[in-house]
Amino acid sequence: MTQSQGFKIRTPYLLLLPGMAFLLTFFIFPLINLAQTSTQTPVGGGDTGQYEQSLRLQNYVDAFIENREQFGRSFLYATIATILALLIAYPLAYAIAFKGGKLKNLMLVLVIAPFFTSFLLRTVAWKQILGEEGFVVPPLRTLGIISESTTLTSSAFAVVAGMTYNFLPFMTLPLYASIDRIDPRTLEASGDLYANGFTTFRKVTLPLSMPGVVAGTLLTFIPAAGDYVNAAILGSPTTKMLGNVIESRYFRIVDYPTAAALSFTLMISILILVTFYVRKAGTEELV
Amino acid sequence: MSDVASSARGDLILSHLTKSYGDFTAVNDLSLTIPKGSFFALLGPSGCGKTTTLRMIAGLEEPTQGTISLGVTDITHTKPYQRPINTVFQNYALFPHLTIFENIAFGLRRRGIKDVDEAVNKALNLVELPHLAQRKPTQLSGGQQQRIALARAIVNRPALLLLDEPLGALDLKLRRQMQIELKWIQKEVGITFVHVTHDQEEAMTMADTIAVMNEGQIEQMGSPADLYDNPETAFVANFLGQSNLIKGTISGNDGDNQIIDLFGQKISLRKNRSHAVDNSIYAGIRPEKFRISRLETATSGNVLTGGKVEDVSYIGVSTQYQVLMPWGQELMVFEQNDDGVAPFSVGESVNISWEPSFTFGLRGDEDAEAGTEVNPDEDPDE
Repeated sequence: MTQSQGFKIRTPYLLLLPGMAFLLTFFIFPLINLAQTSTQTPVGGGDTGQYEQSLRLQNYVDAFIENREQFGRSFLYATIATILALLIAYPLAYAIAFKGGKLKNLMLVLVIAPFFTSFLLRTVAWKQILGEEGFVVPPLRTLGIISESTTLTSSAFAVVAGMTYNFLPFMTLPLYASIDRIDPRTLEASGDLYANGFTTFRKVTLPLSMPGVVAGTLLTFIPAAGDYVNAAILGSPTTKMLGNVIESRYFRIVDYPTAAALSFTLMISILILVTFYVRKAGTEELV
Repeated sequence: MSDVASSARGDLILSHLTKSYGDFTAVNDLSLTIPKGSFFALLGPSGCGKTTTLRMIAGLEEPTQGTISLGVTDITHTKPYQRPINTVFQNYALFPHLTIFENIAFGLRRRGIKDVDEAVNKALNLVELPHLAQRKPTQLSGGQQQRIALARAIVNRPALLLLDEPLGALDLKLRRQMQIELKWIQKEVGITFVHVTHDQEEAMTMADTIAVMNEGQIEQMGSPADLYDNPETAFVANFLGQSNLIKGTISGNDGDNQIIDLFGQKISLRKNRSHAVDNSIYAGIRPEKFRISRLETATSGNVLTGGKVEDVSYIGVSTQYQVLMPWGQELMVFEQNDDGVAPFSVGESVNISWEPSFTFGLRGDEDAEAGTEVNPDEDPDE
């Protein structure tokens, strides 16, 4: 083997090196650390926040039983937000891809435009939008859709609305990418072969855009399930999600083992759900 | 044929069909009857409106004006999925997420037909690809995809099958083979085929009837032989094969013939092959109809004297000559290499002669170059 061939074989590994080193330092090591923390026990007679290493797996059971409500809420809110984002983003992505014409690029820029402002700021803005003086509540009251005493802030509605809004671009972009790749002639062919508009959508457009649907729902659901900002800013004590519990265990109660155990449980649950979902969606069949 | 008779038979009747996009008129007041069971070709260069016409028949474009009827049924505003018409698309447009079997079954399933399996297998056998049923379209070659696109359309037994440049993406050899196969399949299934192409050889090989389109209108319609032997316009004369068009004037009559004066030399033309409207005329002769002869050889029929060989190209079955005439025009002459006559060489003085019945006459006010600049192999898309 010549020297240049040897170099060619090594090149991919050299290219992988910086990324691998980064992940090892800032992901794998902390993860191991987290795993260790999750089974620690308080030091007998020690101060608050003093823990010693042990292998108490009961931490997981306790943490889950104690917070199962927030756990369920995280997945419920994330699921609703993901479905809402999909329902809003699909027509949007479809319109940009097929009817965008010359405005296509401008529309895509508008989709990501919110990223130019801080995530926190935008979430706080939703407080104003859904507030008593905002432009949503008064008309709804006038129309009698909500009663005089109902408020929209500090509610499950506000949390889900905030999440839907915040993760909408993550849904829209992958959907756009896969819808844009569909050859419009296959849609014409479907019409030519006796399928009406709805059947064409069901049998051709939707299956061909499945990679985008899967990518978009994952990119929305995963961060939404672990999110705590929306619940913290737009919610109330009764809408707490698992993220909020982890945050308060870490920073306020300094209960590191429980926080770590919850983090792991959340991560593993998401992993299992996602694996199941991707298998079910069967995207590997798609071109 | 009367309109009543053709309606009853189920012919496709286009009546004053017009399609405009803003200022641009793609199809201009086109009227046409395509007999049931025929293999019909719409032939023309890119942008002549042939694909737009096809898309209006399929229902993919809404006509600006005019009507489309299939038999006695007006289908002008019928949705594409409600028309008994199927299309073989230019780049096949197979469904990439479905197997070949499901691609072919698509139309049958939409209509709730029973015995899908049997119909699909029959269609696969017709195009001789039964072993590919479980593959995906991307695993097939271009030629195979083409056949599957055909099977997917034919399996529905439509009243009308539209083919939009179906062979455009195939290489030359495969294209020739598919032309013969398509013709055979059309006879086998007996469905009316309407075939859009810019390739004159393809149209002539397959179609019973060809309509030559130019700038949104039909220039001439007829059998391939009619169009080639007796073109009515310079566009048709040049687009279908090559033609020598010589400017002249009609100087008199001789029974069934007109006497034409071509730069002082008299030739004759059958009256029924003359499309001139006044005394000004182009005499047209196909290059292979010419006979080239040395000055001392006796010649009969129409003769033009005073030619000089400018260029000789030997291409095996024939030799192609460029002959410069006294009035400065170069004529193309194709001579079969079968008569044992020694080939002519550059600079030789020659006469050119031909059978008077081969002459055709075109209006003298036409553009003699019409239809020549178009390179048929240049642009498959319209």
